This record gives sequence, C-alpha cells and structure tokens, in this order.
Amino acid sequence: MDFDIAMLVTQDGISNGAIYAMMALGMVLIFNSTRIIFVPFGDLAAYAALTLGFFQLHQRPGTIWLVLVLSLVAFAIEATELVLRKATRRIWRPAFHWLALPCLPSAIALIVPADLPLAAQSALAVAIVLPIGPLLYRIIYRPVANASVLLLLTVSVALHFALSGVALLCFGPEGLRTQAFLESNLDVGQFSISSQMLMMVIAAAALSAALYFFFDRTVAGKALKATAMNRTGARLVGIRTHSAGATAFLIATAIAAITGVLISPTTTFYYDTGFMTGLKGFVGATFGGFVGYPAAVLGALVIGVIESVSSFYASALKEVIVFGSIIPIVLLRWLAAGSATPSDEVEEA
Amino acid sequence: MKSRHLLIVTPLVLSVLTSSAHADIKIGVDLALTGPNASLGIPYRKGLDAFPKEIGGENVTLIILDDGSDPSTAVKNAQKLINDEKVDLLIGSSSTPAVFAIAPVASSAHVPQIALSPVELGAKEAEWVVTIPQPGSIWIQPILKDMAKRGVKTVAFIGFSDPWGDLCFNSLKNAAPAYNIEIVADERYARTDNTVTGQVLKVLSKKPDAVFVGGSGSPGALPHLALAERRWKGPTYASPAIFNKDFLRLGGAAVENVMAATGPVGAYDQLPDSNPIKAVSAEFTKWYETANGEGSANGFAAYSYDAAKIFAKAAPLALSRAKPGTQAFRDALRAALREAKEIVGTQGIYNFKPDTAYGVDERSVVLVKVEKGTWKLVQ
Repeated sequence: MDFDIAMLVTQDGISNGAIYAMMALGMVLIFNSTRIIFVPFGDLAAYAALTLGFFQLHQRPGTIWLVLVLSLVAFAIEATELVLRKATRRIWRPAFHWLALPCLPSAIALIVPADLPLAAQSALAVAIVLPIGPLLYRIIYRPVANASVLLLLTVSVALHFALSGVALLCFGPEGLRTQAFLESNLDVGQFSISSQMLMMVIAAAALSAALYFFFDRTVAGKALKATAMNRTGARLVGIRTHSAGATAFLIATAIAAITGVLISPTTTFYYDTGFMTGLKGFVGATFGGFVGYPAAVLGALVIGVIESVSSFYASALKEVIVFGSIIPIVLLRWLAAGSATPSDEVEEA
Repeated sequence: MKSRHLLIVTPLVLSVLTSSAHADIKIGVDLALTGPNASLGIPYRKGLDAFPKEIGGENVTLIILDDGSDPSTAVKNAQKLINDEKVDLLIGSSSTPAVFAIAPVASSAHVPQIALSPVELGAKEAEWVVTIPQPGSIWIQPILKDMAKRGVKTVAFIGFSDPWGDLCFNSLKNAAPAYNIEIVADERYARTDNTVTGQVLKVLSKKPDAVFVGGSGSPGALPHLALAERRWKGPTYASPAIFNKDFLRLGGAAVENVMAATGPVGAYDQLPDSNPIKAVSAEFTKWYETANGEGSANGFAAYSYDAAKIFAKAAPLALSRAKPGTQAFRDALRAALREAKEIVGTQGIYNFKPDTAYGVDERSVVLVKVEKGTWKLVQ
C-alpha cells in the first residue's frame, strides 16, 4: 500500500465512519434516555433517503401513509386512555400532539407541486420522517418502558423486521440514489476530497458537540439522563419521564433523517440498506462504551477505517473483521470496567 | 327417506369422482420476494404469470412462498411445499444460495425441480433438477473472446462475497487459461455494501488490462460507479445477472461501455430474423410490458417465462403417462423434462441432458455493450 492508496483508503474510511458516527450518536442518545438499543435506527435513515428519492422521481412516497396510520393508532391509544379516565374534555391535546402535528408535513407533501427545488424536497423528506420515531415510541415502547434492557432490545429487533418490511411495501425492492447537493471536490495538494464527505464529518462533529453540551450543561438534557438512570427517582423529583422518551426519539429521528438525506447522493439506498449501516454504528457506539458522545464518534470513525482497510487487504473477510472487532472491544471494556453505566438494572424495583 | 339420502349422497360421490379425475397439477414456488434478493425475486414472480392456467384438461395451480432471501427459510418452504402441499413440481429459487439449499430437498423427496438461478450440482441432485439460466462455462466464452481480441493479458475480478460471486470467479478462472489471460485480483463485496472503494483501489493497484465484475441486479452497479470515480478507462465486463433497467438507472454514465454476456432476450430486437429466439423474445416482451408497463421487460422474468415454456412442453407428455398428484406423475414429469427437445425460449434453446442441470448451448448467449443507456449487440 503506497501513500496515495493509504490516503484514499483512509478518506473512504473516514467518510463511512462519519455515517456510522451519526448512527452511533442517535443510538447512544436513545439508549442514554430510554435504555432502548434502537436497532431500527438505520431504517429511519433509509426512510428519509428513499422518501427524498421518491420526490425526485415525482412519485408520492409511501411514508406519507405510514405516518398517517401510525398517528391514527397513537391517537386512538391516547383517546382510549382519556375515555377510560373519563377526561374526554382534554381530547384536543392528543388530537393536536399525536394526530395533527405528525401529519402536517405529510399533508403538505400531498398538496405541493412535484417539482420542488432540491432543498425544499430534502427538508420535506426529513419533516415527513421526523414523527415516525416518537410515534413508534408512543405505540410500541411506552407500554413496556419499565421492562429490562434485554426485552427492549428484543422489541427493537422485531421492530426492525417490521420496519424493513414496511419499507419494501412503501418503496419497492429497487435502490435509489438522489441528486448531489454539492458536485465539486476540494483539491488539497494532489488529493481531491469530496465535499460530501467533508459535510458528513462536519455534521457528525457538530452534532456530537451539541449533544455533549445538551446532556451535560442543560436542565432538559440532565432530565433525560436522569430518566434513563432511574425512572422512579426521576418521577419523584418531578421529571415527566414519558415526554422525555418521546423527546429523545424526536432528536434521534432528526439525526437519522438528516443523515439519510445527506448520504443519499453517494449511497445507493435500498429498503433494507439502513440495517447494516445502523449495525456498524452500533459497533462504533460500543467502542465508545455506549455512554459518551465524543467517544461514540471516535469509535465509529475507527470502525469506518477498519472496514475500509480490511476491504483493501481482505475484502472477502471485511464484515467478519468489522463485527469481530466487537469482541476485543467488549473484553477490554469489561476488564477495564469499574464505572457503572446507566444500563444497570436498578430500575427493576 | 332412502331416496332423500340418495339425493344427498349422489352429488357428493360425483364430486369426489370428478375431483379425482381432475386432480390439479400443483406447482410449488419458492422465491425471494423480500430481502436483498427481492429485486430479482419480484420480476421472477411476475414472469411466472406466464404459466398456463390449464394444461391437457388439468388445472395448474401455483403455490408461491417467500423465503425472504434466506436459504434456510427456502429449505423450510421447499419441505412445506413437498410434504404438506404434495406438489408435483418445485420451482425456484431466485438466488444461487437458495437453489443450492433446496435442490437436495427436492431430489431426496423425488420431486422434479426447475431452478431459476444457475447452479453446479452433483449427479444425484442434477437427476431431479433442471435449471434455466446459462452456465458460467458458456456465458464466459464471448467475454473472454472479446478480451483476447482486445489483447487483454491480465484481468481483475471484483464480485459478490457469496455463491454467485464464487460462480462468476470460478467460471473466469476455469476458462481464462485457454485464452492466456491471467487473473491478477479476486476482490469481494457484499450485496448490501455502501462502498467498494477499498476493493477498487486494490484492483487498480494491480494494473489490470481489464476488469470483470461478478455482481447481480442493481447492487452489481456499485463497482462500476467506484471504477468510474477512480477514472478507470479500460474495458469492463459484467456477468449476465445485471439485466434490468435499474442497473442502467443506478449506473448512469458509469456503466457506459460496460460489456456483458446476456441471453439473447437482452438484445433480441437486434438479432437476425432467422434466429427463432427473436420471435419468442418479442412475444415475451410484448406480453410482459402489457402487464407491467413500458420498458419493464427484464432477463429475470424471461427465465420464468422460459420455465413456463418448458413446463408447457413437458407436462402433456407426463400427463399421458400418469395422473397428477402421484409419484408416478412426478417421475414422468422428471423424465419428460429431459425428453422434450429444442424448446425455444427467450434465453436460449433448451435440450436438457442427463447428468447435468443445464439445458442450453452457445446459442443462449450474446455479447452486448451499454451505449447511451441501452444495450447494444456486439457483432
């Protein structure tokens, strides 16, 4: 491997690593606030990318109907609870939060003309996908919010299969690539760095900094963290634990959707592409111990480079190397353990 | 009272008698309709609509199961179709790994199978299985001939890290020495990968004269995109499994000038009128595009269409010897599949021989090139 190739391989690794970093950030965020290992995270990125792809094909993406169905289900659950509590006068609240608000972007998508500018299409694609995370949390995770980490993980795996099946239904089996946002490459010396890659790296760095600040410096972030550590305790000090979960899912879905839209010009998205990407993000997050945001980004970048280097040296064994690397990581972390993570099952009581 | 009983019993008896006289021919189908292989499985499924609804006075029913692109589910499906549904014929699957998995199930249960993906099988399995697509040893020939014509001495391989990639690589490896062509790289990627930059860099670092890509469907476009990104200008070849519109759509300018071996249906309109495949291909294209829209015809549906042609030729022979639903019928159908001669399809002319699952010859392959986003026949 000479210098040129080493540079190209590293660049490829970092641009992939930046994608995994976004996945890792979202997964750590959800885990830190709800103890859920959100396996279908990558699926949400694929939903956003494919929704944008469908806009560019001048077709109506199936996500519009998915959001509509999910909001109706969420609203039905909320309304039933209110009826059971004989508080039907407050029904406008779930009607607004769980029905009108989530469906608003989809409704806009139904009436706007097909040939929107790229920026508007991208924004609309993100906005349509945005409510899916909180809606899934409301419908699927909230009823089992106090369950063990293992059960929540099992639910997540099942949810992934359901979501990728729905994606097949919505988008069909074929892959899509969208138009590039930025065509040009930056030339640094004799190397050209793709501006797409630079955008991803900057986005990942900015997000990790923002999340670090949010969770360590703001009251809302600390409340989210407290909820994950001890739900009962958090409720006792006056934190609304349910809305905390929905907030975490909202932020994480935003990360997923933005990532999906950002990488859609350079990555061919199939309805099930998101899973592998998400899984590698998960390995990256494990690198970072599933707690710290900068650590997760670093871990994901390392995974990206490992993947790229192994695809150069031993392409047939690439996935084996990437997923096999989780074993020494976990072993090392276990040996170095001593600090408790929020996953300790204290909330079982 | 007695006459009333008789009134009820008579139609019952009659219906039992007639239904046994008209036992349906049951065909079990296993395809990947979901999962990464679905982009092939779905057109295969649509092509199966060409199966006759009725043959020789017997109804033909297709029972289609989805294996989710998972070979172990394919095995379960095959067992279900054979044991519970008692099918007379098994069709599938849409990927080489799944065919590898289910062929032993069909042959040990003594059920004939028409496979839709290329496979190299042992003599025991090949006794019960026929497969429609062209074997690697045949479709690699026009590719290597073209390489030799261009003076290519070294070729680099990049393909799937699965049995399809192995099949492509082995076809190349077995046939290349005869043309004095050396394989300098064997790089692999997964169907679900986002990038093949590492592999392509490795390929280019070997400075090959040509590159051969062993992928399938739209994921097969990825190496071409990465090669174009690295400004590769040499001749590039692809396997026959990329013939759908989405490969061209995703590949765009990057697949321009890519050459591939394909069944004649891939460029049938450019064949001479004397070629009998031309008429069948035209008929298939018209039929498929009427049902699925302009420009939707593809090589995968064409394989299914040929399966229907072969079945339509073999079934009457089997029906003359035994009744559907019996083991005798399955044996007869197996024999009839080998006895029917010169069946003209869209992908070739089929003569299934003993000891091998393949039934096509060199008439089943042409070399084509992407020019301005469509396939052009290379003379």
